[in-house]
Amino acid sequence: MEKTLPKIEIIEKYCKGCHICVEFCPKDCLEMKGFYASVKNLEACIKCMQCELRCPDFAIKVITE
Amino acid sequence: MAFDYDKWIRPGKLPHIWCPGCGHGIVMKGLIRAMETLKLEKNDTAIVSGIGCASRLPGYIDCCTLHTAHGRAAAFATGVKMAKPEMNVILVGGDGDGTAIGGNHFIHACRRNIDMTYIIMNNYIYGMTGGQFSPCTPTGHKASTTPYGNPDPGFDIAKLAIGAGATFVARGTAFHANQIDKLIVEAIQHKGFSVVEILDDCPTTYGRRNKYKSVIEMMNRLKEVAVPVKAAEKMTAEQLQGKVLTGVLYKEENKPEYTSEYAKVIERASAAK
Repeated sequence: MEKTLPKIEIIEKYCKGCHICVEFCPKDCLEMKGFYASVKNLEACIKCMQCELRCPDFAIKVITE
Repeated sequence: MAFDYDKWIRPGKLPHIWCPGCGHGIVMKGLIRAMETLKLEKNDTAIVSGIGCASRLPGYIDCCTLHTAHGRAAAFATGVKMAKPEMNVILVGGDGDGTAIGGNHFIHACRRNIDMTYIIMNNYIYGMTGGQFSPCTPTGHKASTTPYGNPDPGFDIAKLAIGAGATFVARGTAFHANQIDKLIVEAIQHKGFSVVEILDDCPTTYGRRNKYKSVIEMMNRLKEVAVPVKAAEKMTAEQLQGKVLTGVLYKEENKPEYTSEYAKVIERASAAK
């Protein structure tokens, strides 16, 4: 079965650049691009939702299906 | 599917005022997930808070909310609950608001065992007012009013709540985000006064003064000190040195609840006429 990729939406208006999502992503999918978080490697995402759970600023949405 | 937090957020209120990396946002998300899990009605849920960073939380949530005087969340919430016993009353606040300025209200709400849930975000300091030491600041740690180290021993909020008579006491951390909503769900379902202490981080006024270089270091500290209650049973006293237990620490089902006891008083008084 082919792996379906999620859509990771980062709302830059809400992001405060705290690095929490980047540091605690187990698959190293995210990176800081300037002040904001952004997606580095979507292929590696395992949809564990840790970034969405831990983002204190409501700035990340991991949309699956 | 991504969780839809927007349903519970007042339109136009985000981004919130909390500093980058502050755990209060993580706790707020946990509370929203818990309310969604329990399918609470917005009109039947009241969130009450005092003053402080953590007490800004009700301003963002779209249900009945009450932002009151410093430390008086428990007093106002008791009034709400007595007037409308069918309402789900949730209190939120920080460690300074809950255990110092509102310490007396807190212990007496525990003693009465009134059916409310108190979520205390313990970030070890008064954040909003400028980083003064709170009763939860650990001994030796620095705050703006204790620049050479705090001489006082800190409160253990969970033990204080158990000692004062709360019937459900749990502890989580902002790092273990997945556990927060589960603890809050259990606390809201519990009939009686329930306290959920969430260990939090304050990178701006606490971390900076206590040599935590970044938010990530503070989060990693929470990860290291937290030990689940079940894992702690197999550990020796030496291994538990400096650790903090997390999970449901205390639960008692049989203690009478205050609003139902008070209803009996009203019944007796009406019959006596």
